[in-house]
Amino acid sequence: MSAVLGVRPVGHAAALVEVADAAAALALSLWLRERLQAVDIVPAAATVLVDGCAVADLHAVVGHWTGESAAASGPLVEVPVVYDGPDLPALAGQLGLSPAEVVAQHAAVEHVVAFCGFAPGFGYLQGSVWDVPRLASPRPRVEPGSVALAGGWTGIYPSASPGGWQLVGRTDAVLWDPSRESPALLAPGTRVRFRPVASLEEGR
Amino acid sequence: MNLTVLDTTGLVTVQDAGRPGHAHLGVPRAGWLDEPAAGLANRLVGNEASCAVLELTLGSVALRCPSAVWVAATGAPCAVTVDGHAVAFAEPVRVAAGSVLSLGTPASGVRTYLAVGGGIAVDPVLGSRSTDTLAWVGPAPVTAGATLPVGTDTGEPQALDTPRPPVRGPLRLLPGPRADWFDADPVDLLAGSTWSVGAASNRVGMRLEGPGLRRAAAYDGRELASEGMVLGAVQVPPDGQPVVFLADHPVTGGYPVAAVVHPDDLWMCAQVRPGETVRFRRG
Repeated sequence: MSAVLGVRPVGHAAALVEVADAAAALALSLWLRERLQAVDIVPAAATVLVDGCAVADLHAVVGHWTGESAAASGPLVEVPVVYDGPDLPALAGQLGLSPAEVVAQHAAVEHVVAFCGFAPGFGYLQGSVWDVPRLASPRPRVEPGSVALAGGWTGIYPSASPGGWQLVGRTDAVLWDPSRESPALLAPGTRVRFRPVASLEEGR
Repeated sequence: MNLTVLDTTGLVTVQDAGRPGHAHLGVPRAGWLDEPAAGLANRLVGNEASCAVLELTLGSVALRCPSAVWVAATGAPCAVTVDGHAVAFAEPVRVAAGSVLSLGTPASGVRTYLAVGGGIAVDPVLGSRSTDTLAWVGPAPVTAGATLPVGTDTGEPQALDTPRPPVRGPLRLLPGPRADWFDADPVDLLAGSTWSVGAASNRVGMRLEGPGLRRAAAYDGRELASEGMVLGAVQVPPDGQPVVFLADHPVTGGYPVAAVVHPDDLWMCAQVRPGETVRFRRG
């Protein structure tokens, strides 16, 4: 039986496939990439947009998806992080933990990039068990490489931008380089380990 | 050959068919907004359909051409001059070596396209020479002092047998994925009113002002989890004023999509000025 909850047409040549959650959306998007010709296949929080395909073909293929996941087989990337973000002390207090405990727990989990959005190379990483509120007032400028939490997500800002996520650390990992064969370091399906370091020089 | 940009006003960018296929990495498609006009300009100078052109948004440009070259301007009509002498719009024009080509600000419409024989040959990024104005992927906007490389001219200019650009009419609407979020069929709601184009419209979206679309009671105050967005999506924020997503639209969005503008009608969104009106019909 298919694990698809619904298919909503989007104009003539696209459809939104509804699934249970972001992990299912990631799994379905990777599964569809190997089975369907489309211009764009875009996983998100609880849907996969399939754009630039015959919707009849999508219907024919998607009904065979049983919820199987290829996500655990994505590449593993290690990201060195100096956990000195300005929001870490207050966030730790809200979570009832010490800052060191927040760092240890965040670094202990293997995260997975569920989907990208907001900016090129900005991945929404799943793995944290916390539900972190966004800042009441977004910062006008967040530095590139800032490691941030919001909701159940971890994200790393690839470039300077305004941002409302809570900043816990920073990295010098190059998240976005259009001249690379894989321009996004954190493409959907990538597994991520955060490694606490005292300085980014030490992380290299 | 490199063109030298002597002067610009408004927004001038390099555009080709864009870079679809990278939405899952957070990269907008970009590309020319008025595809028929850009395609006509390329055909007039004998270019392949994939050649990059200049897109002027309520703008003007002056270029020095060090070598002789075919050019054609299309889209929003404007005065075209070579060394100060008026030349034809929407026809191939031969510019002599060393001459200055100028395009003036259009009196109607928004976006003028300039094709150069051989195409604008700036370095492609992710397979496209288009400037994306949301995430700034691709070349920088074209400003005075810039040099623009031009590719090798491979085709003969085509003055005849070129279809004219289509005429403007109501935009056809196709069903959107979240029609159930509204208190009536949103295609009927959109087609039943005249919409004014907002001043904040740009390459990301055409903002519409009108009576607004009301949400169905069951969806009042509800939030939609972010989901993928298509070109032409008519997204409706809680204030009910629709935004039609154009080439530089964000790849995901958190407001319901009420309908989708027919891809063949999107070029009209590129040419409606703020304050002018648009109408819709079921497509």
